Amino acid sequence: MKKKLMVAYFLAAGLLIPTVGHAMHIMEGFLPKEHAVGWLLAVLPVLFLGYKQIRKIVTRHPEQKMLLGLAAAFIFVLSALKMPSLTGSSSHATGVGLSAVLFGPAVSAVLSGIVLAFQALLLAHGGITTWGANTFSMGVAGSFAAWGLFKIATRIGLSKKNGIFLAATVGDLATYLVTAGQLALAFPDPIGGVWVAFIKFIGIFAVTQIPLAVCEGLLSVVVYNTLADYREQGLATIWAKDQGEKK
Amino acid sequence: MKRQNIVLLILVVFLAIIPLYWQKEAKFAGADDQALKLISEIKPDYKPWFESVWKPPSSEVEGFFFALQAGLGAGFIGYFFGYLKGRKSHGNGKANEIQSGTGQSYDDVVVSKKTCRYR
Repeated sequence: MKKKLMVAYFLAAGLLIPTVGHAMHIMEGFLPKEHAVGWLLAVLPVLFLGYKQIRKIVTRHPEQKMLLGLAAAFIFVLSALKMPSLTGSSSHATGVGLSAVLFGPAVSAVLSGIVLAFQALLLAHGGITTWGANTFSMGVAGSFAAWGLFKIATRIGLSKKNGIFLAATVGDLATYLVTAGQLALAFPDPIGGVWVAFIKFIGIFAVTQIPLAVCEGLLSVVVYNTLADYREQGLATIWAKDQGEKK
Repeated sequence: MKRQNIVLLILVVFLAIIPLYWQKEAKFAGADDQALKLISEIKPDYKPWFESVWKPPSSEVEGFFFALQAGLGAGFIGYFFGYLKGRKSHGNGKANEIQSGTGQSYDDVVVSKKTCRYR
C-alpha cells in the first residue's frame, strides 16, 4: 500500500512537472522565490518518509547501519569529484544510484539533502534557496529513476550487477535532465518558451554528464562487487527482504 | 570479482583523462557557470535575490572543502571495506553466523560455490 502511494506520488510529480534538466546544481538565488518554495514543498514529503525509513533501518536492521553509512559516503565522494567531460566543461556525478538501489528513493533523498546542505553552506555550491530544487532533482528524481530502473532490470532477468550499472547511470542523467527542466521553467526562452530553454539547458548539462554518468555506473558496480565479494551482512538482509516480497 | 573491479576502475580513469587530450583548448569550466551565462542571455535583467551565506574566500579554500568532502567519504568507504576484508579473513564462518535479524544468514540468500564447499 505504502509502495503504491509512493509510486503514485512520483508519477504525479513526474506528470505535473514537465521534465526538467540541468547539469550541476542550481546556484544560490537563481530560482525565483515561488519556484524555490514550490520545489521545497515537493521534496518535504519524501524527506519525511525517508527519515522514517532510516529510523526503521537503524532500530530494526542494525546490521544495515554500516551499509547506510557507505551509501552516504559514496554520495559524498562522487559529488565532490568534479571531472572533465568530452564537451570541454566539467561537472560531477551524484552517487545516488547506489543508495537508491539499496535503500529506496526516499532514503537516498535524505542522504542527498545532507550532502547538498554541506555543499551549500561550506562550498557556495548549489544554495540554500535552491536546496529544495536541487534535492528534488538529485534525491527524488535521480534516485526514483535509478530505483525504478533497477526493479525493472532485475525483473526482466538482468543480473543485479547490470541492473546497478544501468540504474546508477540513468539516475545520474535523470538528475541533470530534471535540473535543466527546473531552470527552463524558471527561465523560459523569450521566443521559444520553456521547451527551447529546456533544450538549451540540456545542451549544457546533460551532454556534459554522459561520460560522468557512465563513470558513476562503473563505480557503483565496483562497490557492489566488493560488497558481494565479502558477503556483506547488511546487503544480505536487503536482498532477503526483496525476495520475501516477491513471494 | 577483483580483476573485474580493476578493469572497471581503469575504465573510469580513462573516461576522466580522455577529455583532457580530446579537448586541448577547452577550459573545462563548471557546467553551472555555463548555465549562468545562458540565464543572463535569456533574462538579462535577472538578479539573484539571495547570496551565498558564506563563500570560500579563495579557490584554494574551496578546493580544501571539496577535498575534505571527498576525503571524509573515501575514508569511511576504506574503513568499511577494510573491516569486511578483516572479518572475511578471520574464518569463513564468522560472517555467516551473525544473526541478520530476519533469521536468514547470507547463505540462505546467495549460495555460492564457496559456501557449498563448507557444507
